[in-house]
Amino acid sequence: MKYLYIITAILVLISFIADRKKTYKSFFVAYKKFKKILPAFLSMLILVSIIIFIIPEKTISRYLAGDNILISSIIAACIGSIAFMPGFIAFPLSGILLQNGVSYTVISSFTTTLMTVGFVTMPIEKSFFGLKVTIIRNLLYFIFAIIIAMITGIFFGEIF
Amino acid sequence: MYKKNIYRFSLIVYFGFVIGSYLFTYNPGMQIGSNLFDYTFRMVKIIPCAFILIGLFEVWIKRETIEKHLGKDSNVAGFLWIFILAATTVGGLYVAFPIAASLFKKGAKLSVIFAYVGLVAVCRIPMTIFEMNFISIKFSIIRWSISIPLILLSSIILGNYFEKRNYKINT
Repeated sequence: MKYLYIITAILVLISFIADRKKTYKSFFVAYKKFKKILPAFLSMLILVSIIIFIIPEKTISRYLAGDNILISSIIAACIGSIAFMPGFIAFPLSGILLQNGVSYTVISSFTTTLMTVGFVTMPIEKSFFGLKVTIIRNLLYFIFAIIIAMITGIFFGEIF
Repeated sequence: MYKKNIYRFSLIVYFGFVIGSYLFTYNPGMQIGSNLFDYTFRMVKIIPCAFILIGLFEVWIKRETIEKHLGKDSNVAGFLWIFILAATTVGGLYVAFPIAASLFKKGAKLSVIFAYVGLVAVCRIPMTIFEMNFISIKFSIIRWSISIPLILLSSIILGNYFEKRNYKINT
């Protein structure tokens, strides 16, 4: 995170030295773009705040700990698609779940959909890519996540 | 207009509910409010930088440069460039979408853009390091080596399909 600020500051400085007018223009572009997607961002944040309330970490842990690996993987994929969690929360949680006996297959299914399929980011995705592409992409990545989970399961000796 | 009214109405209901919950100390509503505050704050830390960088990109990078390296006549190297950009993108999908739109505006082809979105989701370096630490290196290696081919293949197929149909990303 720190590096992001440092890099941004350095680039702005270089840009400012090279051409003041262009730098102001880039700020204007940044502002205009941000303003345009502000409603979609707000929708996302509101969805996030509600989703986290409905399915908190405890509930997620409970659902992932099922006995049947296939059914648990599909449930995990559904939860991962709807839930919203930054990596620094999701991966430690996954580590704890693994220690409690949850399989790599289910963890893979959960973390992969968490990263690739985004119910809460759909308002933003839709505003750029349109509804059709948004739906195709999310469905496709849902299937990918299941495939990745199954292969992970094979490599870890949990399936077959 | 109709859609805009629904949006405004939902906002009023939502904020009315949250503020009301604080006034009457209604727990679920207060929790939702604190979630909103939490995540707004988290994103506020990333978003200004992301948009300033997008602004600089649009002003400084020439359309010809992007067209040449990521456009219709670009080759495998285009996907390598986009992989590097994706792996170093900070934040997540919500940052990737506006960046994807800027790339489109500058003339990148759709397959490269679709690949970018997929790769941002899967291959961000800080996130992968976290994953390796808390799950396992073997797990991360399996995930990368299966998802990257899937992402590239699907992006090329989808990209070519939509390119023919004159699909446009809203910029």
